[in-house]
Amino acid sequence: MKSPILQSATKYLLPILLLFSVFLLLRGHYYPGGGFVGGLVASIAFVLHSFANGTEATMKILKRKPLSLIPIGLGTSALSVTVPLLIGYPPMTGLWFEEPIPFIGMIGSSLFFDLGVYLVVIGVVLTILFTIALNNLEEKN
Amino acid sequence: MLLTVLSGLIFSIVLVFFGRQFKAKWSILLPILPTLLFLYFVSKIPVLTSGSTLVQHIDWVPSLGVNFDFNLDGLSLLFALLITGIGSCIFFYGRAYLKGHPYFDRFFGYLMLFMSAMLGVVLSDNILLLFVFWELTSISSFFLIGFNNDNADSRKSALTALGITGMGGFFLLLALVLMGNIAGTYTISELIDHREILLNHQLYPLIIGLLFVGAFTKSAQFPFHFWLPGAMKAPTPVSAYLHSATMVKAGIFILARFTPILGDHFYWNTTLIVVGGITMLYAAIHSLFRIDMKAILAYSTISALGVLTFLLGLGTIEAMVAVSVFILAHALYKATLFMVTGIVDHETHTRDITVLSGLRKVLGPVALAGILAALSSAGLPFITFGFIGKDLIYEATLQYSLPEWVWIITGLAVATNIGLVAAGFMAGIKPFVGNLPQQFEKVHLPYKSMWIPPLLLALLGVFFGILPAIAGEYLTTAAANTIWGQDTESYLKVWHGFNTVLILSLITLALGTMVYFVNKPSLSKLQAVEKLNNISPQRIITGYANDILRFSEWFTNLFHDGYLRSYHLKIILFAEALIAYRLWLSGPIKLDIWTLTYPDWYEIAIVVILIGAVYIVVTTPSRLTAVVAMSVIGYCICLIFVIYSAPDLAMTQFTIDTLSTVLFVLVLYKLPPFINLTSKAILVRDAIVAAGFGIILSLVALKVWSEPISAEISNFYGENAYLLAKGKNVVNVILVDFRGIDTMFETVVLSIAAIGVYSLIRLRLKSTEKE
Repeated sequence: MKSPILQSATKYLLPILLLFSVFLLLRGHYYPGGGFVGGLVASIAFVLHSFANGTEATMKILKRKPLSLIPIGLGTSALSVTVPLLIGYPPMTGLWFEEPIPFIGMIGSSLFFDLGVYLVVIGVVLTILFTIALNNLEEKN
Repeated sequence: MLLTVLSGLIFSIVLVFFGRQFKAKWSILLPILPTLLFLYFVSKIPVLTSGSTLVQHIDWVPSLGVNFDFNLDGLSLLFALLITGIGSCIFFYGRAYLKGHPYFDRFFGYLMLFMSAMLGVVLSDNILLLFVFWELTSISSFFLIGFNNDNADSRKSALTALGITGMGGFFLLLALVLMGNIAGTYTISELIDHREILLNHQLYPLIIGLLFVGAFTKSAQFPFHFWLPGAMKAPTPVSAYLHSATMVKAGIFILARFTPILGDHFYWNTTLIVVGGITMLYAAIHSLFRIDMKAILAYSTISALGVLTFLLGLGTIEAMVAVSVFILAHALYKATLFMVTGIVDHETHTRDITVLSGLRKVLGPVALAGILAALSSAGLPFITFGFIGKDLIYEATLQYSLPEWVWIITGLAVATNIGLVAAGFMAGIKPFVGNLPQQFEKVHLPYKSMWIPPLLLALLGVFFGILPAIAGEYLTTAAANTIWGQDTESYLKVWHGFNTVLILSLITLALGTMVYFVNKPSLSKLQAVEKLNNISPQRIITGYANDILRFSEWFTNLFHDGYLRSYHLKIILFAEALIAYRLWLSGPIKLDIWTLTYPDWYEIAIVVILIGAVYIVVTTPSRLTAVVAMSVIGYCICLIFVIYSAPDLAMTQFTIDTLSTVLFVLVLYKLPPFINLTSKAILVRDAIVAAGFGIILSLVALKVWSEPISAEISNFYGENAYLLAKGKNVVNVILVDFRGIDTMFETVVLSIAAIGVYSLIRLRLKSTEKE
């Protein structure tokens, strides 16, 4: 099922949804949102793209296996947990820049923690869905 | 001291990574560590002889009372010297013994691990720390016994040994925790001050009972002795090190360690005398029927351990001196005999004493070591250290506090020693005397590093035998003082005058030699003895072990039948039972219906849609329809979240529901067409379980609503979210900050699930590709 309408729609929807997911991630500390939901929205963006263009096309956009996002995400979270140790605070102490940064707002260690969650969620969801989808495809051929 | 314990652990980790290098040319570096440790402990001898002890304290988990407390006193010094000294010999010896073995590095890794663990046991001043190291010795022993892992017997023996010593460790832990709780301290040196409380406590019999199980399993006392002969499946250096000189003495060590704290009590002494007495005689008699050199040595080791237990049971000052001397004497000659056995095995490929003879002609220095060690084990007067040990044993039995028992226990000791003399001769002298059979004429001496260590130990035995005062002053007296609790004022000397003790020693030697000449062990005799095994403790305990296995198999199959639906059923039923029980305990639900607000029309509409969707899910014959209806349910719940102002939940619910529908569709693709195979009865059962779950959860919701709400927690988060975490979205702040560790581990769980799916599907593909 390759509908040209959906295919052209996803061309625009993918970047918009991804932007939206980053937006959700960044505002999470103050308004509804956060890394988990952001990650889910980003995954949906990719899943939608794969529906329109086929899983293999989506894998091409991703360039690498979604599985590799998991260690990156876990590493980012773990780093944000342990960095305070280096400057003598207990682990997980929230560290913040004094001044907000334009467009992004306040940046602190918990944002990086959330970023890790975001990446892990994308990695997990896409790994599970794409593995099964590709497997189905292979069996079909 | 912490460093001495940890260095070996660190080294064994290094071996994991650089094992390949060590296997080839750097293996000469291996024995350096034990040698250095040995020298370190030797350098501490003067401190100890002056009567003081070395203490080190490093906090580990102070809140649990677990700390790196180390205490080097006379007893631990004696053991530490044995561990590192004999350890160095074994490292030199093992390097040659296992040259070219594919798992060479692994072997030394385990050996190093064991050495550190054993040092930890003897140096620990904290009973929980002691337990940690105690278990480590069991584990490293397991790996070393099962070292020849392609041999089924070897694996079985390793499991038996781990099973027995592990069980003992469990009992020991109970004893230690009980003791620590009663006395209010986990530090051994402080426990002594609480001796009276412990002795008069009603749990005293239980504590020492548990402690005894721990010590007896480790030190192979009757009826737990049978793992030790099995442990001889390990390479000979291991048998020499772990199963004669050090690890099996850990049980003796722990008894000795706790003698000043718990000892000198009727129960304590009687149990030790009885168990030790049975063990020493039983094993001594057994050893006479063996034809394998290692089996002879294994049984004579059990017997010697029995002697030590027995002596500790006597509880007199002479007995404590005898214990400390006999530990040293036994370690010296038994390690030598094992190493000699290893050389003989290595060069002739047999350990059968009915075949071996005349090897002195081809293995001169080895024969010298073997014969000297055998003589020491026999207690040849005036030139062997074994004689001093034997002397002190008789002195201890003759001085026993109950006069009417003196001759019985002395008789026991004499009988045991006669057996030990003969066993020592069988293993240490028999293979070397007589004519050299033709098949062994080509046998040649192994590497120097193999025969020098046993010779060294044998000569040390002679040296101490001639000048016992040196051994006494520097090693054993301090140890005896520790066990006794105060100064024993003992001095070791060769000549005690012509007295009963000397006569007994000579009688033992004479009778033992006679037994050696009269007793001709043979295969047929061995088989006759083996028949008795049917009623031995080994049979009984392995029978129990098999029963436990059968039970666990049955139990596992009961719950783990491989059907997802059955797991779901069990999980839900269990949850229902638990929640219903709690609900029932918490009393009736007080609910005033009239205080509830009327639902709005859109709420009613949502509920109607929900019910319709549920009806479709349950009745539809198409899986796809069911999935779509399920997602309708999800979106309805999402709407409810929106109405009750939980935007975070609504967003998450919405995205999750979308993705799970996609997932369902993908998986459905794999399933065969839907056929209704479920019988009506099962449908009814499932309906009841499902309805029950729904009802119970509704009741919980009503209960929550009717109870007064405690807002403490939400208030805390509400107030502090911005102050402490600079966030205005409380839900998110909780997730990434207050409960960040939870989130961290949740993401880990998610990752594991993803990796699981990935590897399951990928692995299966690979196997089909192969076909």
